[in-house]
Amino acid sequence: MADQLAVASRRGLRPALPLLLPAYLWLTVAIFLPLSAMVFFSFMTDLPLAGKEWAFTLGNYAAFFSQSIYSTLLLASLRLGLEVTLWCVVIGYPAAYVLAKVLKGRSREAIFLLVILPFWSNGLVRIFSWAMVLREGGILDTALNAVLPFKINIDLMYSYPAVIIGLVHSYVPYMVLTCYLTLQAIDDSLIEAGRSLGASRRQVLWRVIIPLSMPGLIAGAALIFVPVVGSFMEPRILGGRTGTFYGTVIEDQFVAVFNWPLGAALSFILLAVVLIILALAAPVLRRAG
Amino acid sequence: MAGVQVANVSRSFGAHKALDDVSIDFADGGFYALLGPSGSGKTTLLRQIAGFDFPDAGRIAIGGESVERVPVEKRCIGMVFQNYALFPNMSVADNVAFGLSVRGEPKAAIAAEVQRALDLVQLGKLGGRRPHQLSGGQRQRVALARAIVTKPRVLLLDEPLGALDKALRVDMQIELKRIQREIGITTIFVTHDQEEALTMSDRIGILRDGRLVQEGPPEEIYDRPQSEFAATFLGDANIFRGDATGNGIMLQDGTTINAASGASVPAGAKASCAVRPERIQISTGAAKPGSADANTLKGQVSKRIFAGNSSTYFVDRDGQTLKVIVQNTGAERLVEGQDVVLRWSPDSTVLIGV
Repeated sequence: MADQLAVASRRGLRPALPLLLPAYLWLTVAIFLPLSAMVFFSFMTDLPLAGKEWAFTLGNYAAFFSQSIYSTLLLASLRLGLEVTLWCVVIGYPAAYVLAKVLKGRSREAIFLLVILPFWSNGLVRIFSWAMVLREGGILDTALNAVLPFKINIDLMYSYPAVIIGLVHSYVPYMVLTCYLTLQAIDDSLIEAGRSLGASRRQVLWRVIIPLSMPGLIAGAALIFVPVVGSFMEPRILGGRTGTFYGTVIEDQFVAVFNWPLGAALSFILLAVVLIILALAAPVLRRAG
Repeated sequence: MAGVQVANVSRSFGAHKALDDVSIDFADGGFYALLGPSGSGKTTLLRQIAGFDFPDAGRIAIGGESVERVPVEKRCIGMVFQNYALFPNMSVADNVAFGLSVRGEPKAAIAAEVQRALDLVQLGKLGGRRPHQLSGGQRQRVALARAIVTKPRVLLLDEPLGALDKALRVDMQIELKRIQREIGITTIFVTHDQEEALTMSDRIGILRDGRLVQEGPPEEIYDRPQSEFAATFLGDANIFRGDATGNGIMLQDGTTINAASGASVPAGAKASCAVRPERIQISTGAAKPGSADANTLKGQVSKRIFAGNSSTYFVDRDGQTLKVIVQNTGAERLVEGQDVVLRWSPDSTVLIGV
């Protein structure tokens, strides 16, 4: 990697331009321009549509600080992001370990396919099928009552756990994939060397495998935490009344209230907060990795 | 420190018999080489002794204590891996300290032990480096220091010099031998390099297809191989096949070859004779006076390879190509196509039953 960069800089950027240009042109058109427009909107009093009057204002940003509901919801969303990320680690890392270090050949391919299956199904379909499972008298409730000798009432629908379940289901493949890649790169002889030096399997896990797979854990956590903090689909459908989060408020501004400027401003505040968190975490994470 | 006893150990992977009833006694403090071509089972045997894998049948004892079902971390062994297997996330000193630190020894004691081990492998100043900042030879030394710092009962080496270039390998052979003598640890060394096995070990075990072919001191195996395989795998050998005569063999054309040592094969049975290339004298025509029972063959030089201090002649004789190595003493050199007489003593000939 370092060698390739050195070669690229020695030859200059020009020969690489034909290769870089399509991607960056596309990013400019598809992301940079709309995003710039959103930055512009976030400083407006109203949308400049249908000849409406508008002026520049900082009021949209001020609203975040003057109304405590927004920061409360942002904190709730950050907590949601943290919890979902932790569950993804707890569920995804052992699966990645088994995929990378225990299974071989065709059984590995089969299990791998099952892990990435959620990617191939539509997000809405996924969420609504969870609704079928989690509601009272739903699949989970009926199945448990059919097996258990006593009557229990499972009604997870429209609750915080339902939101967590839905989000973890959507995002756990990211954790499995990033951890799988780093775990697979760990030479098996390192594990054997650790054990030959008298370390138990658990000691080898904590002192050798987890430190070496830190880059995968960090990448997975970043890939999960950022979108979950801004998520709105799972909270709205699975959370019901309890599913009001920062992401659903932003969505409301765009879809229901039609207050694009406020929605844009809230989005950029979220972006700033996430960037600050990642920047603060970077030195700690770099040391760990 | 302790000896290792391997008794009737077998291990199969599916239909493949990786180890087939292998028994070897590794005496306390010795330096053993397990030698064999790839797939001969030498690494499998080492892994059974280490405890990474358990035998299907048989017994393994370290220091008289049965360990064949004891997991590797409880066997108190030291192991050096082919690719060194240093932990890339730790400094050199932390790598060496690993075995002591998982035992929960006090930090100050660990630091002193680590420094002693690094000094022993002459890397005393490099404790703060990361493995990727070291050369291949230095990594090798770190791996060795890490393996011996825990004072294991046995040191196991899995082709540890395979990844080094020739000059460095010779240095490390000497170094490894020095360290092994200094701490007096029983050492079992897996290699496919016959020269390495000959120069380093007190005893060699030759494996082939999961079976122990021959075991003994290097000189004994070299001078008295018990099979054609042992004769040709450890060093070079000319092999003659014929019918046993009681004290040698008779070739198809009626020539007899006398052997002073080797197996006792009943007269008339199929047998082979092995003779080392450097034991054969080569001369032109006129027979020098020699002992009456000396083996003599006529042939024709087909090729000569000059190697500085010696020359290797390939001599064609009755459809067989024989190899003869002659020291360059300044005597007349033979040319290709020349008729020659080969002569060697029965003392240099080993009879092998087929």
